[in-house]
Amino acid sequence: MFNYYIKLAFNSFKRNPILTGLMITAIALGIGASMTTITVNYLMSADPIPEKSSQLFHVQVDSWDPNHGFNDEPNTPPNQLTWTDATNLMSAKKAFRQTAMAKSGAIIQPSSPDINPFEASIRLAFKDFFPMFNVPFKYGNGWDQQADDDRQLVVVLSKEINDKVFAGENSVGNSIVIFGQSFRVIGVLDAWQPLPKFYDVNNGAFDEPEDLFMPFYLKQELELPNWGNTNCWKTPEGEGFTAFLQSECINFQMWVELKTPQDKQAYMSFLNNYVNDQKELGRFPRPLNNQLLNVMQWMDDQDVVADDAQIMMWLSFMFLVVCLLNTIGLQLAKFSAKSGEIGLRRAVGATKRDLFMQYTVETGAVGFAGGLFGLVLALLGLIGIRQLYGEVLNDLASLDLTMIALALVLSLLASICAGLYPTWRACNIAPASQLKSQ
Amino acid sequence: MTDSKSPSFFAENWEIGPIFRALLRNKVGAMLIALQIAFTMTIVVNAIYIIVERSDKMQRPSGIDEANSFYISSVGFSHDFNSLVTTQEDLNLIRSLDGVIDAVQINAVPLSGSGWSMSLQTQPGTEFDGTGTAVYMIDEHGLNSLDVALVAGENFSPTDIQTRQSSQTHWPDKVIITLAMANRLFPDEGLAALGKTVYINDIEPMIITGIVDQLQAPWVGWDNVENVMLTPEIRDAKSSRYFVRTKPGQRDRVMNEVESQLAKSNSGRILRDMRSVEGTRLRAYRDNSAMISILVTVMTILVIVTGLGIVGLASFSVNQRKKQIGTRRALGASQLSIVRYFMLENFLISSAGVVIGAALTIVLNIVLVDAFSLDPIAWYYIPLGMVALWLVGQLAVFGPARKAANIAPALATRSV
Repeated sequence: MFNYYIKLAFNSFKRNPILTGLMITAIALGIGASMTTITVNYLMSADPIPEKSSQLFHVQVDSWDPNHGFNDEPNTPPNQLTWTDATNLMSAKKAFRQTAMAKSGAIIQPSSPDINPFEASIRLAFKDFFPMFNVPFKYGNGWDQQADDDRQLVVVLSKEINDKVFAGENSVGNSIVIFGQSFRVIGVLDAWQPLPKFYDVNNGAFDEPEDLFMPFYLKQELELPNWGNTNCWKTPEGEGFTAFLQSECINFQMWVELKTPQDKQAYMSFLNNYVNDQKELGRFPRPLNNQLLNVMQWMDDQDVVADDAQIMMWLSFMFLVVCLLNTIGLQLAKFSAKSGEIGLRRAVGATKRDLFMQYTVETGAVGFAGGLFGLVLALLGLIGIRQLYGEVLNDLASLDLTMIALALVLSLLASICAGLYPTWRACNIAPASQLKSQ
Repeated sequence: MTDSKSPSFFAENWEIGPIFRALLRNKVGAMLIALQIAFTMTIVVNAIYIIVERSDKMQRPSGIDEANSFYISSVGFSHDFNSLVTTQEDLNLIRSLDGVIDAVQINAVPLSGSGWSMSLQTQPGTEFDGTGTAVYMIDEHGLNSLDVALVAGENFSPTDIQTRQSSQTHWPDKVIITLAMANRLFPDEGLAALGKTVYINDIEPMIITGIVDQLQAPWVGWDNVENVMLTPEIRDAKSSRYFVRTKPGQRDRVMNEVESQLAKSNSGRILRDMRSVEGTRLRAYRDNSAMISILVTVMTILVIVTGLGIVGLASFSVNQRKKQIGTRRALGASQLSIVRYFMLENFLISSAGVVIGAALTIVLNIVLVDAFSLDPIAWYYIPLGMVALWLVGQLAVFGPARKAANIAPALATRSV
């Protein structure tokens, strides 16, 4: 029966090619626009580390200005930590895993004379960085506690840097000159790009991860420059690098891995105690206001999904509504032209149910065709978005299977909904009424 | 029927009553078109409003000679690298090149998105609030390189320029600020701010020795983008950025020359991030221009879809009513009155649509203002949007109406 209805649907398309074409185009445009914007929003709001995003917590303590909150409304704690707090909290080791972090940069001087010196970005972190964030290794491993404590000159290279400096070969054990110092390569990452770059969203939530990874205390040891954002509410007391590290300036991030809600609660009370202890030393002039947000809460707090992307998504939903209204109107017109045929079919014994099925198949077919066409338009739309936004959105503008399935389901549903009223009207045509001669 | 021999347009009966009654018999169809028009208007008006807002933002001048300026960074790495000597040598070299108007070491560039900010206050003490401002550190060549004009006071002199170490916290005692900053610090005093003392780091005094007409901070999305201070400093840092202004039309040639000459002059450093200010502007406003392009595309397609929908339905209804139209023509209705029938019918439907549309437009705008802190829409966008959608409807229906008018009266006599 289904096949027969499909055949009838095709006959009906052939009889009204312009109306059918308009309907398919309208659905396709609506689906195309919606899918383009949904995809961008979906990728922007994706969970970058689904297997443990609810166990990773971003650490915030309110070390800010007594007169002004870091944010006034709502009163949230600063988005980064001071050196003092980052190192104190790390030394306490109260979490299952923990890493304080900072962003820096330095010049790499490759030993091969064929490769010019170049500047690379650095992520300063603790050994737990790699297991905490499930960072994939191609060669070697991260460093150990000893390397953190002894401030060893060891480095983990990103895949790109290893490709560039060591032609992609296993470089573990080799040495490499960074910031004028000879470092030992102990690991090389495999391709790794968490989207968003959740562990540090300060310089663009969709930036590439850093080129080099090295022990955190090298910041102090080598006096590595501050990259990323530095924010101070109070001028450092004294001049120079040490004064900066001892200041109330924030330039450091910290994450902890806590397995259970109890662990989280315990860590929170540890933080509160820590801040109270610091208050006795004359720091933390503001009321207690510490925060532990997990990955997705932190992404939400940092407004990782751009406002523009959301505005576009809501506008494109309205666009889809217009396209559906359009389709309902056209469908209604098309069916009303067929009232004679419907009356005849009813008169020769077709039940309302049969007719309902038949016309639902017909509208469904229109929707499916519109959906397929809409997918093509969405692909074009995403190419357009990539063109417009450049490299920033390169990784955020691709369709995956979920999105393709969603597009087809959405278009089918939309068109069947759009067809419901016209179909219902068509089925209610009295058999006799249409058989009278006009 | 009305008198077809005296087709005085206004004297005729426009048949609004019959049109209205006919519409009531096909309520759903008419409602669908009206709703389509309403939603289309809602999207179009709000989209145009966002577009206008964004392009106004993009029109703002940065204050520098954008077409003829570029910048380049030098980062030293060799053990014997001497930052101050290199900077001075580099600047001498660049300034001596043919086609260069002037060059300066600067810590940040307008439109580039990254820079320094400090806070200035008019009274010393931690208890007083400051006004946030971007900081550009320049020497006596700075104003000429940036192409900003003094409106009061004087430029820095070579003896004003101090060396700034990295991690240094104290500031020189002279400062040049923008007129906008002067007005923020000393409301309504404007140029009279010249010579006054402001405080940085809560208590360190600085004297305003100059006021420039206009210069933007590096962050185009910042609310106080016109708040800028210029300090007489040369930075002693391995990483140094040079801002170069060239004679008109020479920028690209000078860019190549600066890059190759600097590369040759010192092998203990690398050069990076050479960019024209024009390129920087494109990057700074890329999100805005992308949003504009997307909204324009969506709007255009939407209007076409709505228009085609109206054409489709009107053609269909013309086909359905062929016999009636033929009858009317046979009874003496003029072609004009047939066209007018369909145009008026559409006008009535559109009117309902644009009234609903006006309400929806306001609702959507309130939502957008609420959720994304956009500005509320200006009132005149709404009547303009209504007129535009009326026109779209009339244009769309005109074709089918013409077709209807061409139906031969004889058609009425044929059996279907």
